[in-house]
Amino acid sequence: MESPFWITESPIEPTALKKTLQGAASGAFASFEGWVRNHNEGKQVNALEYSAYKPLAEKEGARIIEEAKEKFAVEAATCVHRVGPLEIGDIAIWVGVSAPHRSASFEACRFIVDEIKARVPIWKREGYQDGLTDWINCPSQELRKPL
Amino acid sequence: MKIHVEYYAILKEQRGCSQENLDTDAATPRALYASLKGDHAFTLEDSDLKVAVNEDFASWDDALEEGDTVVFIPPVAGG
Repeated sequence: MESPFWITESPIEPTALKKTLQGAASGAFASFEGWVRNHNEGKQVNALEYSAYKPLAEKEGARIIEEAKEKFAVEAATCVHRVGPLEIGDIAIWVGVSAPHRSASFEACRFIVDEIKARVPIWKREGYQDGLTDWINCPSQELRKPL
Repeated sequence: MKIHVEYYAILKEQRGCSQENLDTDAATPRALYASLKGDHAFTLEDSDLKVAVNEDFASWDDALEEGDTVVFIPPVAGG
């Protein structure tokens, strides 16, 4: 079976992904897109790069999708996370869930995004207008080089 | 004991490489990280990190074995 979660270096194509979740038993579809924004904690973001420990990211991501299917009445669910240099407005993460009824699709979609943000080994480095960079969520950084 | 270590994100930047083979006396991931942190002035504490051995999450005090691949996982920020 194809994995329900994967890491890609290519632009995410929601229309094609959505089609893979269609089914006659599904009366509801919910999706979430995480977009690259131009500011974070008051600083202007000019450049951004995601990276991943791909083997474990894909393993843990697939576990999260399986957990969502156990917790909620879901027909199908998929999540894709992009890595590499991204631009403002690019889709960084796409989650789609189809289900017989809407509440399960909303809840499962929210669950998947929240768990991926908390558990999957993916990292974000932001570059700011002043030329400095930050590894997001990492305390006590000393290296701050341009991206 | 020969151990393969891969570095990601801030650790890759601070180590200056993405992987290396080590000959180490460290018996656990915790001891291995303490040794590497001393050698390379890593800024993260082990309490900031998770650890993976052979492509799955592991415990800091698990026994390392010859040929293991170890990855220290900085705070994640996907999504």
